[in-house]
Amino acid sequence: MVPLSYYLVLSGFLFACGVTGFLIKRNIITIFMSIELMLNGVNLSFVAFAAHWHALAGQIFVFFVMVVAAAEAAVGLAIIIAVYRTRETLNIDQVNLLKL
Amino acid sequence: MSVHLVLFLAFGAVCVAGAINLLAQTHPINSALSLIAVMAALAGEYLLLGAEFVAAVQVIVYAGAIMVLFVFTIMLLNAGVEERTKGSRVAVLFGIPGMLLGSILVGWVVLRHSGTEAVAAGALPGDPKTIGQLLFHEFLLPFEITSVLILIAIMGAVVLATKPPSSLAGGTARKVD
Repeated sequence: MVPLSYYLVLSGFLFACGVTGFLIKRNIITIFMSIELMLNGVNLSFVAFAAHWHALAGQIFVFFVMVVAAAEAAVGLAIIIAVYRTRETLNIDQVNLLKL
Repeated sequence: MSVHLVLFLAFGAVCVAGAINLLAQTHPINSALSLIAVMAALAGEYLLLGAEFVAAVQVIVYAGAIMVLFVFTIMLLNAGVEERTKGSRVAVLFGIPGMLLGSILVGWVVLRHSGTEAVAAGALPGDPKTIGQLLFHEFLLPFEITSVLILIAIMGAVVLATKPPSSLAGGTARKVD
C-alpha cells in the first residue's frame, strides 16, 4: 500500500527536474527532452489520481497527453532540423533573432 | 514494508536517478538514454497503480516511438557536447533558494494534508477492454479530434523537415567536388 502523496511527490520532482532542465540546458534537443520529462511527471499524477478516486477518465487523459506529446515531438523535431539547417547550431544562445 | 512500497521505491529511485542524470549529462544522447530509463520506470509505477494499458502504451509509444525519434534526430544532426554558459546572476541568486523553498512547501502540503488511503493495485480496472469502452463511448469526440491533430502534425513535420525549394535549387547550382 503506497499513499497517494508519495506518487504526487515523485510526480512533482519529475516536473521540477523538467523545469530545471528547460531553464539551465543550452542544447535545443535536451530542452525538448525536458519538456517530455514534465509531461511524464504530469502523467504520473493523472494515473495516481485516477487510481485514488477510482475514475478511469484519468487514464484516458494520459492517453490524450501521450497523443499530444507524440504530435509535439514530431513537429518540434522537424522545427529543430529546420533550425539546424539554417543556423547550423543547436545552441539556444545562438538562436536569438526574436530576443530583445 | 509491503511489497508495493518496496517496488514503488525501487522504480521511484530509477526515476529520480534518471531525471537527475538527464540534467547532469552534457551530451544529448546520454540525456536521451536516461530519459528512456525514466519512462520505463514510470511504466512500472503505472503497473503498480493498476493501469496496465497505460503502462503498455508508455513503453511502446513513449519509451519506444517518441524516444527513437529523439535519438534519430540527435544522430542525424550529429549533436555534440553542449557548451555551458553562465546563467544570469539573478536566476542563481533567487532561483535556487526559491526552488528549495517552493519544493519544501509543496512537499509539506502534499505529505501533510492530502490524507489519503492507498488503493490496492488492480482495484481499478485499467485493462484495455474497459479503457476502450470508455474511449469509444464517452470520449469519442476528443478521440476523433486527436486523429485530426495527428494528421496536422504529420503534414507539419513533412513540410518543416523537407528542404525548401530555394535551397534545393541552390544545392544543385553549387558545384559538387
